[in-house]
Amino acid sequence: MTKELKIVVLAKQVPDTRNVGKDAMKEDGTVNRAALPAIFNPEDLNALEQALRLKDRYAGSTITILTMGPARAAEIIREGLFRGADNGYLLTDRAFAGADTLATSYALAMAIRKIGDYDIIIGGRQAIDGDTAQVGPQVAEKLGLTQITYAEEIVKIEDDRITVKRHIPGGIETVEGPLPIVITVNGSAAACRPRNAKLVQKYKYAKTQTEKAENQLKYADLYKNRDYLNLAEWNVNDVKGDIAQCGLSGSPTKVKAIQNIVFQAKESKTITSADKEIEDLIVELLNNHTIG
Amino acid sequence: MANFYTDNKDMQFHLTHPLMKKIVELKEKNFEDKDKFDYAPVDFDDTMDSYHKTLEIIGEICGEIIAANAESVDHEGPKHENSRVIYAEGTQQNHEALQKAGVYGISLPREYGGLNFAMVPYVMAAELVSRADAGFANIWGLQDCAETIHEFASKEIQDEYLPRIPKGDTCSMDLTEPDAGSDLQSVQLKATFDETQNRWFLNGVKRFITNGDAHIKLVLARSEEGTKDGRGLSYFVCDNNHDDKILVRRIENKLGIKGSPTCELVFRNVPAKLVGERKLGLIKYVMSLMNGARLGVAAQSIGLSEAAYREALKYANERAQFGKEIINFPAVYELLVTMKARLQAARSLLYETSRFVDIYKAYNLISNERKLTPEEREEHKEYQRLSDIYTPILKLFASEYANQLAYDAIQIHGGSGFMKDYLVERLYRDARILNIYEGTSQLQVVAAIRGVTTGAYLNKIRKYEANLTAPELATMKEQLATLTADYEKAVTLVIEIKNQEYLDFHARRLVEMAGHIIMSYLLLLDAQRNNEYAKIAGVYIKLAAAWNEERFNYIKSLKFEDIENFKSVI
Repeated sequence: MTKELKIVVLAKQVPDTRNVGKDAMKEDGTVNRAALPAIFNPEDLNALEQALRLKDRYAGSTITILTMGPARAAEIIREGLFRGADNGYLLTDRAFAGADTLATSYALAMAIRKIGDYDIIIGGRQAIDGDTAQVGPQVAEKLGLTQITYAEEIVKIEDDRITVKRHIPGGIETVEGPLPIVITVNGSAAACRPRNAKLVQKYKYAKTQTEKAENQLKYADLYKNRDYLNLAEWNVNDVKGDIAQCGLSGSPTKVKAIQNIVFQAKESKTITSADKEIEDLIVELLNNHTIG
Repeated sequence: MANFYTDNKDMQFHLTHPLMKKIVELKEKNFEDKDKFDYAPVDFDDTMDSYHKTLEIIGEICGEIIAANAESVDHEGPKHENSRVIYAEGTQQNHEALQKAGVYGISLPREYGGLNFAMVPYVMAAELVSRADAGFANIWGLQDCAETIHEFASKEIQDEYLPRIPKGDTCSMDLTEPDAGSDLQSVQLKATFDETQNRWFLNGVKRFITNGDAHIKLVLARSEEGTKDGRGLSYFVCDNNHDDKILVRRIENKLGIKGSPTCELVFRNVPAKLVGERKLGLIKYVMSLMNGARLGVAAQSIGLSEAAYREALKYANERAQFGKEIINFPAVYELLVTMKARLQAARSLLYETSRFVDIYKAYNLISNERKLTPEEREEHKEYQRLSDIYTPILKLFASEYANQLAYDAIQIHGGSGFMKDYLVERLYRDARILNIYEGTSQLQVVAAIRGVTTGAYLNKIRKYEANLTAPELATMKEQLATLTADYEKAVTLVIEIKNQEYLDFHARRLVEMAGHIIMSYLLLLDAQRNNEYAKIAGVYIKLAAAWNEERFNYIKSLKFEDIENFKSVI
């Protein structure tokens, strides 16, 4: 079968919470985004790799990166292009700011509708800044599509049905679903391939309109002759969004209070290397579900 | 995220050398590719930016994947099954990551799917890979074979083989045989021309072939029946289809670089194509290939030295004895400072040599397309001469220094360094081949001594001297003038005897004296570009002065008439 797949990868730019330094949080308990490098959400990279593998396997397939965020989130689209995506859209508007998962999935779903032609919508299971794992499933619901979550590997696509291995507690489950479909990918899936030198050289000057307007534009001629260097930005109107359902106003989630948690060891226990003591410790940890 | 390029500001400094402007212009020929390939650069800045960004990709793969796999590859090694080589799992992963990153064929023209990068960034990539895993660096580095095909083979062969390299086909150069090691003139593998089929066939045995089960093979073979020397040898390219024509008889069990499969091969009627002209196999093509390979081993040596220095520095900062970190003891910090001085000196020599090779190779390619102007011809010759005398001295120093650095790195680790738990024991084993293969240190001296006797090194030293104008470096420059005067005296002492054996006897000392002075000047010129390098230049010059004095004294004391007596001891 040589199906040419249209794949949309949902990707988010997130603060790198894996490398938290002492300035990571502000005094009011919110994330100090300036102190953390902005990165491609790790599980979204796993999702991109699954998309790229489909593109390797089914010649003629295309990958579109869809990301929502401020102007600098265009970096996510470039990162996608560097690895083999074909194009991308940055969903950016003040009206999208402050969105919870419901408003985010609304905006993404509207953008996907505008993209129109798609077989697979694939993203990471969750983002490392919010850890909700809600956006993928909500997008599926809003678009009325089947969803497969916790995917680890796409096995095959045959007769418009997709077979996916998903990660479940204690094992792997193989499931099948109809196209078009929404898939969220688990971090245990294959790591994303490196950036490709030729694609980096091809796309390194790719910019959105906002970025082009920011500083003195180097190589201005290139943007006239090489259209693929012009990255598309969409605002609320472009995706025919209802402002009431976007951003803060579309977000029923309210943060009531934020507490700063400092982990402290309150009690300690000394055990020797005797077999019996080690065994007791294992039993204790199993019983209180720390392990197992 | 470990990135072996972004964490190495010294390498980045060498990439910004002023000569890069000329190199890029020669390599990109007015940026004529910019309308033909969407990834071709539009100007000099754009080219440099692409070099930088591509090295960033390679640096990340080295830091995150290749270095992480190095230990398991060292333990597991390649397997020998059914006359084939099966790479260790990590080796396969490394290869695939680099292939997907689109960096194989880094120096090949874009029409063959390459990146058309200059030698300097290509050598930097080799240094990065070697720092992560010197054994894997061989598999990466053998894409050098593409250079040879590109330079010397017919268009038909180029079109057939070159596009396969960026797609991940690996290469090997099959030179050595059981009775032809350092002396390649004795190669016996037979090439016979079949008139009816109008093609060559190869039969015989090759030994110690790195990555011997590669897809594309360059083979040195005897095409002229009845001949005994190098003039009867030609160079061939053939496919390894992994069938019963090329068999891997065994994989050597080596001291180090265990991930790099070293094979004994049997050729059974393998169809092959002639590269270039008959009878020029050894005297022209292999010599050229060898120069490239020596540059590769130098990069491998410096990558490994970088790893050794970093491991030693880290350990010396962490390990406490007698109530303080051991880096505080003079005996330890002296080792570290000397390691760093050797590393930086050898690296400066590596990139100086790479620049020479870059310019002369670029002219080689241009001269295939059009006639060079008289000035260009002059420059072409000049840089070729410089490449020829710098490559052996570079290979000599880089590989010997790598061994010294690996040795010192273990010493700093003490007993722990002797254990498999620490990286340095692998570095020590991996380093040991560097001053042996692609020509032993002793053979590098044979090639380099011409630079001494013809005065070529001295000429270049004089040019460095003239270019060094920074007033704050004047004192160190004066020191070097003294070293140079002593070197000239030492050369005269040996040469005036007019005896080949006496010259051979002291050759290494003379070559090393020249090398120490050249590297001192290179470090001073680095300091002239960026004053941060003045300190390390100062350290190296003091060492060089001591090393040269020792050699000079020995030359003065061991006279021609002493040789017979000296030999009689054994």
